[in-house]
Amino acid sequence: MLEITQTKDEACTIITLKGEVDASNSVELDAAIQEAVKSGSKNILVEGNALEYISSAGLGVFMSYLEDFQESNISFIIFGLSEKVGNVFHILGLDQLITLVGNKEEALARIYEA
Amino acid sequence: MRHELNLSCEKSRLADLRLFLSKVLEPVGISEIAKNQIILAVEEVCANLIIHSHECNPKDCIHLKVMVHEQKIIFEIADSGLAFNLLEYQSPALSEVVRKKKKGGLGILLVRKIMDKIEFENREDKNICRLVKRLNSK
Repeated sequence: MLEITQTKDEACTIITLKGEVDASNSVELDAAIQEAVKSGSKNILVEGNALEYISSAGLGVFMSYLEDFQESNISFIIFGLSEKVGNVFHILGLDQLITLVGNKEEALARIYEA
Repeated sequence: MRHELNLSCEKSRLADLRLFLSKVLEPVGISEIAKNQIILAVEEVCANLIIHSHECNPKDCIHLKVMVHEQKIIFEIADSGLAFNLLEYQSPALSEVVRKKKKGGLGILLVRKIMDKIEFENREDKNICRLVKRLNSK
C-alpha cells in the first residue's frame, strides 16, 4: 500500500509518501513527481517519515528525473527517511546523487541557502 | 528450517512475498536493516521474473524455497519462464541510468551488492536462481 499526498505553497511542493513503494505502484510515484515538475515548482521535497519500504522500482523513478531537475533548475530533496529505507539509497550510492536530509527544517534550510 | 511459497506472477503479490519473508526472517538474529536488505534482494529477483519472464501473467507461478541454516540462508527461486540469467546480466552504471532516464536496471545491482552468492541453473525446462546470504555473527 502506498499513499501519496502533495501540498504546495509559494516556497515548495512537498510530496509525502506513506507505506511501501514497489514495482506494483511506482507509477503513482512517477505521476506525483511529474505533476510537481509540471506545476512549475522549483523546490520539490519528498517527505519519507512514513515510508516503510522502497525497491529499485521506486529508486528508478527518482533517478529518471535527476536530469530534468538539473535542466529545469529544480532543487530536489528527500527528508525524513528511516535508517532502514535510507540504507537502500546508500547501498547503491544514490545518496551521492540525491540530497537526503534528516527533517523538513534541514530541507528548507538547504533551499534557502541555495 | 525450510519454508516455501508459491507466488502467482502479478506485481500486486510482491507485498505478500515481503510479508512471507519477514515472517521467515523474524527469528533470525540479524538487524532490521539486514532483514530489509534480504527481503529487497529476493523481491528484486522475483519482480524481474514476474515482469520480464512472465509478463505479469497471473496464471504463471514462481516457487520460492527458503532454507535457514545457522551460518547462512539460501533462497531458491524456481520458474519455468524465459530463462533470465542474473549472472550474465550486465548492470548499467549509475551515470548511464541517469543519462538515459532509465527506470530499470538498479534491481540486479542491489541483488549483487546484498547477496554473498548468486547461482543460476537451468534444468530441463526449469530455471533456478539460488541466492545465498551468509549470517556473520559479528
